[in-house]
Amino acid sequence: MNNTDLVKQSLQKRYLKERMFKAMGFISIATAILFLLILLTDIIGKALPAFTQTNIALEVKLSADDLGINANSSESEIRNADYRKVIREALSRLFPEVTSRKDKRELYTLTSMGAEFQLRDAIMDNPQLIDTTQRIEFLADDDVAAVVKGAIDRNLPESDRRVKNQKLAWIESLETKGQINSTFNWQFFSNGDSREPEMAGIKGAILGSFFTLLVTLALSFPIAVAAAIYLEEFAPKNRFIDFIEININNLAAVPSIVFGLLGLAVFINFFNMPRSAPVVGGIVLSLMTLPTIIIASRSAIKAVPPSLREAALGLGASKMQSVFHHVLPAALPGILTGTIIGMAQALGETAPLLMIGMVAFIVDIPQTLVEPSTVLPIQVFLWADSPERGFLEKTSAAILVLLFFLVAMNAIAIYLRKKFEKKW
Amino acid sequence: MNEAVMNELAEPTMKNKSGPETEESLNIEYTETVGQPFCDDAKIKTKNVNVFYADNQAIYDVSLDIGAHEVIALIGPSGCGKSTYLRTLNRMNDTIDICRVEGQILLDGENIYRKKQDPVLLRARVGMVFQKPNPFPKSIYDNVAYGPRIHGLTKNKAELDELVEASLTKAGLFQEVKDRLHAPGTGLSGGQQQRLCIARTIAVQPEVILMDEPASALDPIATAKIEELINELKENFTIVIVTHSMQQAARVSQRTAYFHMGRLIEVGDTDQIFTNPSHELTEKYITGRFG
Repeated sequence: MNNTDLVKQSLQKRYLKERMFKAMGFISIATAILFLLILLTDIIGKALPAFTQTNIALEVKLSADDLGINANSSESEIRNADYRKVIREALSRLFPEVTSRKDKRELYTLTSMGAEFQLRDAIMDNPQLIDTTQRIEFLADDDVAAVVKGAIDRNLPESDRRVKNQKLAWIESLETKGQINSTFNWQFFSNGDSREPEMAGIKGAILGSFFTLLVTLALSFPIAVAAAIYLEEFAPKNRFIDFIEININNLAAVPSIVFGLLGLAVFINFFNMPRSAPVVGGIVLSLMTLPTIIIASRSAIKAVPPSLREAALGLGASKMQSVFHHVLPAALPGILTGTIIGMAQALGETAPLLMIGMVAFIVDIPQTLVEPSTVLPIQVFLWADSPERGFLEKTSAAILVLLFFLVAMNAIAIYLRKKFEKKW
Repeated sequence: MNEAVMNELAEPTMKNKSGPETEESLNIEYTETVGQPFCDDAKIKTKNVNVFYADNQAIYDVSLDIGAHEVIALIGPSGCGKSTYLRTLNRMNDTIDICRVEGQILLDGENIYRKKQDPVLLRARVGMVFQKPNPFPKSIYDNVAYGPRIHGLTKNKAELDELVEASLTKAGLFQEVKDRLHAPGTGLSGGQQQRLCIARTIAVQPEVILMDEPASALDPIATAKIEELINELKENFTIVIVTHSMQQAARVSQRTAYFHMGRLIEVGDTDQIFTNPSHELTEKYITGRFG
């Protein structure tokens, strides 16, 4: 048997191994894609209802007597008028057969708690509405919305159904009269958090995340890049620097909740910084992000060919000039990618922020860095924890928003890398 | 960076110690450098230079004069220390932490390793062209203008334009690139890139130009152009060139210095070195018995 035959014999085996390896790779990628698709369809399917809001159109008589105000009333009088009463009257007029106290109370839950604020805002915008009768679309209660959106099955036996027969009949009567409609839920993007699912919005969390990341970026980017440049280009090679390098790598692996504890002990308890505020959250997250950016920046700087530094030094550039004119621009794509990945990590971080009080229930939309606020992942956490049916869809919608920002940030990272990449 | 350069420079030295040709050559007793290491109008005088990488000595007791407006070629087998010696002349070795230089290197009579010497100023006077063309990833114009800009050599844009044009012309590149001065320098061919690097170096108007195997990464035609250029440049500059090609040394240089195992073996007029070497090692090298 000569060599060719020997090779031929072994060849089959080798090809088989290669095919098996390829097949395994393909299977693992296919599995990953499958699970990703399942996850995304599940989230999107659950989140979609959150983007429509259900309204009940009511004829409200805005009589001056009932409201206790007139066109000349001061702003604070208008603000404090009794709007609940006129909405209740409107509902009673629609269903005159409801007379018992208990049934009436049930009837009044058709509209959201927010309906009276809606009416108040409308009249404050335009006091001319007083003493007229208006058809206004009021926000429906989350149970009504759940029935309309089909989240509550109308065919279930009454005992298993959250909305009882009586209420279901009212809803169906409103539907046949065309008084229930659905519109795009702009409020989801313009409201802060709320106890009422139909009124809860994500703007507070988006702004909270934005302010927090702003602080994180402003602190961690310059410090991390400066540290990376120093360690890579200027630091002497000695034990102390080695020690620092090891510890930076260790810091990257410290559980994030530890940074939260540190933030609580140092920034809040010792420095008396405001609780639940984006500024503290940002500082804590920048502690967490620093090692990530330093490590990414260092490898980017290390990857710059030494010939570039030599070229600059050989022309009489100082060390500083060679670094800032040549090394840094060449390393920039890698540094920016590392920074954005660090930022994306910070955006999704929950645990350390729990420790510094950003988990509080905050209705107001934050306007500054020191106001209490929450962030997107914590909003997801809070809503997922709420018992009301309406928060289920809000949770998924908030996850979608969070994922959207993460994908957007990664897209920016890829774009920047492509843009600043230079060939040599 | 430092480690990479260090390995590049130091490793061959160590390899050589165990290389086959060295066993034989180690038996040869080292004598004083033969030939004429000194000259009358020296631009650079080096006296008893020793260079160490940590505990490894790379250069032993080298004394050599480099005359004004001459082209001197440094030849020798791989790892003989010629590149290391070249780099001591503009203190590029400073970037390597573990590198230590002893002895005197005088540029116009002043020791460049004295405390008061600013390495940045020195490198403006002693420019360097590297083995691999290393243009900045910028435009051709910016490559050449970089040196004058950081040193503030020109007062305004017009002067800078003029200097860039003059430097590119001297490097024999202007005609080829005049229509695309703002195209990236990295888009040029290898030979053009190396001439761009030479243009970049002469734009700073140094007194001495160090060339570390400037044509070793180039094809024969590009090499011929570089050699032609060196012949023209010697009118205005003192040139020290390290080369692996003995033909190249013979073509471009007036004097040749032969290094071996970190020692300067022989220095002499190029003609004499290649036709009638005095030292046994030099003869072995140029007749191709090792290297």
